[in-house]
This record gives sequence, C-alpha cells and structure tokens, in this order.
Amino acid sequence: MPNPDPGGHWGEFGGRFVPEALIAALDELERAHTEALADPDFTAELDALGREYGNLPSPLYLAERLSQEAGVEVWLKREDLNHTGAHKIRNVLGQALLTKRMGKRRIIAETGAGQHGVASATAAAYFGLECTVYMGEEDTRRQALNVARMRLLGAEVVPVTTGSRTLKDAMNEALREWVATVDTTHYLIGSVGGPHPFPQLVRDYCRGIGDEARAQFLERTGALPDVVAACVGGGSNAMGIFTAFLDDEDVRLYGFEAGGDGYDTGRHAATITAGQIGVLHGARTFVLQDEDGQTIESHSISAGLDYPGVGPEHAHLAATGRAAYEPVDDAEAMAALEKLARTEGIICAIESAHGLAGALRLAKSLQPGSRVLVNLSGRGDKDMGNVVEYYGFDAPADKGDH
Amino acid sequence: MRTAEAFAKTGAEGRAALVGYLPAGFPTLADSIKAVDIMIDHGADLIELGLPYSDPVMDGPAIQKAADRALAAGFRTRQVFEVTEAVAGRVPILVMTYWNLVERYGVDRFAADFAAAGGAGLITPDLIPDEAAEWIAASDAHDLDRVFLVAPSSTEERIASTVAACRGFVYAQSVMGVTGARAATSAAAPELVRRTRAHTDLPIGVGLGVRSGDQAAEIGAYGDAVIVGSAIVNCYLDAEDVPTGHQRLAELTADLAAGVRR
Repeated sequence: MPNPDPGGHWGEFGGRFVPEALIAALDELERAHTEALADPDFTAELDALGREYGNLPSPLYLAERLSQEAGVEVWLKREDLNHTGAHKIRNVLGQALLTKRMGKRRIIAETGAGQHGVASATAAAYFGLECTVYMGEEDTRRQALNVARMRLLGAEVVPVTTGSRTLKDAMNEALREWVATVDTTHYLIGSVGGPHPFPQLVRDYCRGIGDEARAQFLERTGALPDVVAACVGGGSNAMGIFTAFLDDEDVRLYGFEAGGDGYDTGRHAATITAGQIGVLHGARTFVLQDEDGQTIESHSISAGLDYPGVGPEHAHLAATGRAAYEPVDDAEAMAALEKLARTEGIICAIESAHGLAGALRLAKSLQPGSRVLVNLSGRGDKDMGNVVEYYGFDAPADKGDH
Repeated sequence: MRTAEAFAKTGAEGRAALVGYLPAGFPTLADSIKAVDIMIDHGADLIELGLPYSDPVMDGPAIQKAADRALAAGFRTRQVFEVTEAVAGRVPILVMTYWNLVERYGVDRFAADFAAAGGAGLITPDLIPDEAAEWIAASDAHDLDRVFLVAPSSTEERIASTVAACRGFVYAQSVMGVTGARAATSAAAPELVRRTRAHTDLPIGVGLGVRSGDQAAEIGAYGDAVIVGSAIVNCYLDAEDVPTGHQRLAELTADLAAGVRR
C-alpha cells in the first residue's frame, strides 16, 4: 500500500500545516489508527458493521443499455446503494469506531452537500456519540433536506456564516472547534484532505470500494478494467476506488473534477486542472487561489465537489502522472445524470454524474469493447431540488424532452 | 529594531513586554499605519502585523472580520512591506502570517523584502518547525527572527524541538482555542510557560484573550511578553468611525502598558 513518508508527505504534497495545539491529537490519531488496523478484533468489527449495517460490499453492475450507447462496457460500482446513499458510510463507520476506541465521546464534522454530515450523524447515532456538524449557510439552503436528516438523527447542525459560507468555511470552523475541544472530541473529517494522518486514514477506510471492485471485476470478467473513473472534490471516493489499482500499471485512472460553468469561465472547482500548489486546511496540495495565495471561491452545481482544494495524494498522483484529472462542467454532468436515469433507471448523485460524464467522454477515444469501471459514489435523492431547477421539471408543461 | 533589543530593554526594566497585534490594511491601509504609531506612542514594546488571509483557522471572529475587511478593500501581500517600512525603527515589527501567503509570494523573496523593509521576524501560527526547512534557511539568510508556537497540548519533546527552532521569542498559546475566544485567566498558561522555560532562555510571549491592564499585569507576572490582538481589533470593529477607534486604541494601549509595568 503506497503510504506517505513518516511526516505524511507524498512527494511534495501533504504534511501538517496546522497549529501546534493540534499536533498531539494528530499524533494520537495516527497511533490509534495504525494500531486499530493491525488489530484483528477492530477490523473484524468494522467488516461486520459494513456488511450488516452499511450494506457492503456494494454490487458491481454492468450497465448494458448505457454500454450499448457508449460503445464500451460501462461497469458501475454501486456505492449509491450503501446505507445513507453514498460511499461516505465507509469512512464514518471506520472513524467512529476509532473514536470509540480512543475513548472520545463526541465527533464534529464539516459537510458540503450534507452527505458527509448525514453519514457522520448516522454513525454518531449508531455509536451513541454526540455529534456537531458544521455546514456553510449557503449549503444549508441548497441541501435543506439533509439538514433535516441530520437533526432527525440527533446531530446539532451549525450554519457557518463566515467567508463564502460553503464547505471550505465549514472546515475552518470545524478546525477551530477541534482546537478548543480536542481532549474529548474527534474531528471526523469527510474527505482525503487535511493534515496528516487524515488523508491516509480516510483513504484506508474508503479503499474497500476498490478492493471489492477489483475482486468483483476479476471474478466477473477474468480481467481488470481498462479504465477506472471517479469524480473528485476532496477526493475520498476516488482514492477509495483508485487505491486497489495503483499497482496495476495497465489500468488507467481518471479523476473528474467539477468544471462548473466551464473551465474557461474561471467559475469551477477543477483544482488539479488549475494546477496551483498551495497550503489549505492543513496540507500542501493544489489550491484554487489568487496571485497572493488567498483562496478563491469554487463553483459547481454539485455541493459535494464545490471545494477549492483536493486531497494531497491526488495531487501526488497527478504530479507523477499515475492518474489523470480532467474537468467536467455542470451541463455535461447533468446530461450524464439524465442519460443514466433513462437508460438504466438509476438516479445518481450530481457528484457521481461528473465521474460518469467523464467516463462517457473518454469512451469515445477508447477501443470498442473496452471496460470502464465508474464509481457511482452516491444516489441522487438529495439532488432532486437541483434537478428540478436545472431542467425546469416544475413548469406547468413537462419540458423533459428538452 | 531587533526583537532581542526590545526584550533586553523590558528585561532590564524588570517587566514584561507589551505586544500589540493588528492586521495590516485594517481599518484601512493608512489607518493601520496610524494605529501602529498609536500603539507605539502609548507603550507597546513590539508590534505584530497580521497578514490578512481568507482562511484564518487560528483566529476567532474579530480578527477574521478585520482580515475580511482588509481583503475586501483590496489588500495585497506586498502592502505589508509598505506598512512595515512606515512603522519600523522604534520597536521591532513582526509579521504574523498563515503560511500559504508566504509560500505563494516565495519564501526567500518574502524574507528578503521584509528584511529590506526593516522587519524583525515572522510569527507562523500554522507552520511547525517540522515543515519549516525553507523558512529556517531563508530566515537565516536574511537574519530574521522566527517565532513558532507552543501549546498546552505540546509534549516535552515537542516543546524542546520547537524552542530550538525559535529565534527572538517563543509564542505560548495559553488556551486551547482560537484568538479572542475567552477571558485571559487560564490555569494552563502559567504551567505552559513554566514547562517551556525549562527548555529555553528565550523570552516567552503569552497570547490569546487579553483585554485589560489588569489581565496584562497578571500574565506579565509569569510571561515575558503579553500579546494582545482581538481587543485591539475590537477598538475599531465596535467604533462608529475610525477616529473613535484610534481614540479607543490609545486608551486601551495605555491601560495595557500600565498593566505590564505594575
């Protein structure tokens, strides 16, 4: 398994750019995580939890009608069928079990789309932990249903009113709260970003996606996929599916970032494509930033990809060329979402639609019959408001055939 | 002026130094220069200029609001050198900055331009010595002080390695929390200063939450410097206009300066 150096660096990326006050907690977390993964009781408990509670392993599904249209075999890793509707349940069950093991009784989390907040609140309910979720005020409006879910699950949702009032500001607030409560509280970070050991730790809990998919693929086809594709915001679902394939040199890895209004408009969240190295939220990585290093607001129709940074391991995979990263704009993602709905009867999350759209675009340049594995990281129920708004489905006459 | 000179003076007077913090460019660029002059006129021994940043995770609402205002008014990193140049000479001028801004400007270039402006050193709240190789080299090359933080949660080992990397003074974050979060009295602060002193002869500054001369006197009894930030920013945030803010700052600084002389 490709781990970072002892300081948490992958090449020039990663590390710890946080106040000294947090270092002891990060050291403790690193120790606890390493010991937990080496403890058969812990891994057995986590596996059982995933199976019986999380609905894992998720199915691998050959999307036949979609494949006919695409001219390549499109295989979907159905993370949308997991409990809480996304890959994120893997991360939160792992970290919540680790929280319990560390003797802490409270978790805090940041959330963009609300999916990680719902997953965190779910895990907190399951384990009987207190839970506070920080969510940009702008996002609480965009994703009101998820706010209701979190509150129903017993979590406190704190709307964040600083800065751009989105995911990055929610992360700032969670980090501030963590500094003040670190003795009793675990920061259950939602993606493969942040200071070491978070990027590695979250990847370790999400990598089951790729471990399962690789085995399922071999069993079903006797071979490995030609391409593995996933959407990339912070990058947890992508690292989750990429990790198992990193050593398979013939498997091409593609991450699709949010192109927003179009990469050339400057209104996007395509952090790696933009290519500016910086330090944000505790790690050196690619950051959307201005000439001075002030963070630039990202833009995407997908709240879950609307983040101006990216996990440092992705930055490293991009810099070394092991994975390729390309932008997919809002329109292309929404077209893929609709195509999947109409060919397969699957309504995926707008985040996941970015990965699918990128894969369908890539399919045009692949040999016919190539096998493409797409991580369908989440389901689309939460996004119906955006879909209605985007397609005008709420208009008096059905404009579905636009 | 060098940091060590200021501490030599306050040490000789048998008192703690008063360190005043204000973001450069707040309340305006010109008024941030005026505000620093007011602080020096009324007894500040060192000045910390904040470099406004979009994502200040160590700071509470007051300092973030001030930074946001400076950025909204178009503040640019290079302007911190203008402010430094305008106020340098009488007391040491340090810049407190989140690391990305320095890295983006170019670490060595930042050090060179800051030293040329008459700056004394940097305080780096989100840079630990473990990640600071480039800054340590640049600060050596340009003869700048480097102030890293220690915290109540720091192990003995980390306190030792952190103070070994410091030059000028050591910044003791006295409570686990963001700037301005709570009252200055903290049981953790004297203990942290005691633990830190066991590892270094450098002066130890105590930050976070000081609002009055009385609190400054209390911290000055065990710390070598009393660092005041949010209360200074609040002089302007709470004031109806900038002249009123200047007036409040003059009064607050005089009170704090009397506190460290008790």
